[in-house]
Amino acid sequence: MENMKNFFRTLFDNNHRSRTVSYLIVIIGYAVIELMLRTGNLSSMFQSLLVPVTCYIVAALGLNLNVGVSGELNLGQAGFMSLGAFTGVCLSGVLAPVISNGIIRLILAIVLGALVASLFGFLIGIPVLKLQGDYLAIVTLAFGEIIKSLVNNLFIGFDQNGMQFSFVENKLNLAPGGKALISGPMGATGTQRISTFTIGIILVLIALTIIYNIIYSRSGRAIQACRDNRIAAESVGIHVANTKMLAFVISAALAGAAGALYGLNYSTLVPAKFDFNLSILVLVYVVLGGLGNMTGTIFSTIILVLLPELLRGLRDYRMLIYAVVLIVMMILSNNEKVKELLAKARQSLPFGRTKEVEE
Amino acid sequence: MAFLSYLINGLSLGSVYAIIALGYTMVYGIAKMLNFAHGDIMMVGAYVAFFALNTYGLPVIVSVLLSMLACTVLGVVVERLAYKPLRNASSLSVLITAIGVSYFLQNGAQLLWSSSTKVFPSVVPSGSVQLFGGQLSISYLTIVTILICILVMVCLTLFINRTRTGKAMRACSEDKGAAVLMGINVNQIISITFAIGSGIAAIAAVLLCSTYPSLSPTLGSMPGIKAFTAAVFGGIGSIPGAFLGGLLLGVIEILSKAYISTQLSDAIVFAVLIIVLLIRPTGLLGKKISEKV
Repeated sequence: MENMKNFFRTLFDNNHRSRTVSYLIVIIGYAVIELMLRTGNLSSMFQSLLVPVTCYIVAALGLNLNVGVSGELNLGQAGFMSLGAFTGVCLSGVLAPVISNGIIRLILAIVLGALVASLFGFLIGIPVLKLQGDYLAIVTLAFGEIIKSLVNNLFIGFDQNGMQFSFVENKLNLAPGGKALISGPMGATGTQRISTFTIGIILVLIALTIIYNIIYSRSGRAIQACRDNRIAAESVGIHVANTKMLAFVISAALAGAAGALYGLNYSTLVPAKFDFNLSILVLVYVVLGGLGNMTGTIFSTIILVLLPELLRGLRDYRMLIYAVVLIVMMILSNNEKVKELLAKARQSLPFGRTKEVEE
Repeated sequence: MAFLSYLINGLSLGSVYAIIALGYTMVYGIAKMLNFAHGDIMMVGAYVAFFALNTYGLPVIVSVLLSMLACTVLGVVVERLAYKPLRNASSLSVLITAIGVSYFLQNGAQLLWSSSTKVFPSVVPSGSVQLFGGQLSISYLTIVTILICILVMVCLTLFINRTRTGKAMRACSEDKGAAVLMGINVNQIISITFAIGSGIAAIAAVLLCSTYPSLSPTLGSMPGIKAFTAAVFGGIGSIPGAFLGGLLLGVIEILSKAYISTQLSDAIVFAVLIIVLLIRPTGLLGKKISEKV
């Protein structure tokens, strides 16, 4: 009994409160949505958004580790999502005759998508992390565009003799009964839709666990030290390149996992979907949610995905309003007076809590 | 001879990139922000020129001046409303705001002028100069584009180096705090920078649309990214750097389209950028930043 009490006390002490809150929010959110689904209270439009929202949350959480915690602006998150998505779609297509269970294939696809994306993240990270500031940002943008352009020219097919690859021109020579998995600019077509909301939520929880375990570990503190002062971090013996690489690779892996889930949620998927705008979109979720603040990222992603849908009644004006909301929110959140008000409101809360995750 | 013709086409495309990149690099040099809405300001300029030319039948020079005026006003207004309140905010907040402005302009243009593609009339008479007994033909448009780019570059360099305002701009980009102490109105200088950068973007818009005549609200995004790349390529913040970066980017793009692969040309352009940044981490003509403890 005493143990239980202690356990609950540690859940809400200063070190653990923010992570407990984010797990609880995800779990309660899942329970509420499942309840609404079961009782038929969720419109089909919202149902179609469930899996994409979890994908965006996972990708944004990964990006927050990179941008918020590690402090490196990454404008190429969509590239890693693309790698994960098309890897996942291929794996699922190849395994379809062998494993009929969709859930197992989905999990394998997510794992492989994360692995491929993290491998590319590592390779790209070697040159990228040598640079700093805006130059680093533009190189991640460049890599994102390169990945998009390469996937756009990739043809992969599968028949009884195994897999076939071809580049730029479609030279696939598939035996009868074979299946084209990726066909260049047309992307993946005829994908079996095996993504589920439950797996999406589990993925979000896994992502949160990974990120919180890193933030509150020795390497997490090293990552933040490198962000706050590179030279000081180096002088106390932190290997800056390796530390930054850790955050970059994990961020890429989460984007890959999110991509695989995303890709297997649609029967057709074009490579152009994962363009610069998507990278920016995910970055907006991170910045509006607060750098380094994972709970904030989850909320801002949900709100910003829903906002255009909720504004659908305003038809043509919805994206215009979305843009204005974006600008006004940025200006307000940087306004001294609003900041003071928020700080006062926060102090009057019963917990009297301080800043969630150090900025 | 084919190579020479590709080279000249590349220089022409590069000139357009260079003019847009000048806007990026000037704003970055002084306000230290990436103005992602720059490409969309250019798009608005293209629409203004289109309506002036097509609907009202105004002469080319008047249309271009009108378009420049519209872009200048738009640039200054955007700076005042959206960027000025964020002068002391983190660069990420400013970046997101710039993206918000970009969405706003794109969607506003879509509402005002519909998303259907319009055909832009060329502002330069068609026809070409024949050289080497007809083996090499260069269109008037190409020549005009390159000449205008050089003209813009020369005027801008003279302005920055010879005038009082230019000197104040250089002072601001060097050290804003010291500039304020010397009695320079930094806010005014930033507004002037936005005005000039946006104004010349209108020239780029007219030239770009004369070469690629389809006009749509998303016109600005890809040339915007390319010009941004060009600015970084040359060393962001450096005006000759933007010029050089733009020209090189255009040439690389056209040559890789001609000799390697049309589909992969974008990938090649960005790959070259990465290689350049790895060898020279601050771009071709960028200033080396010394790190102080």
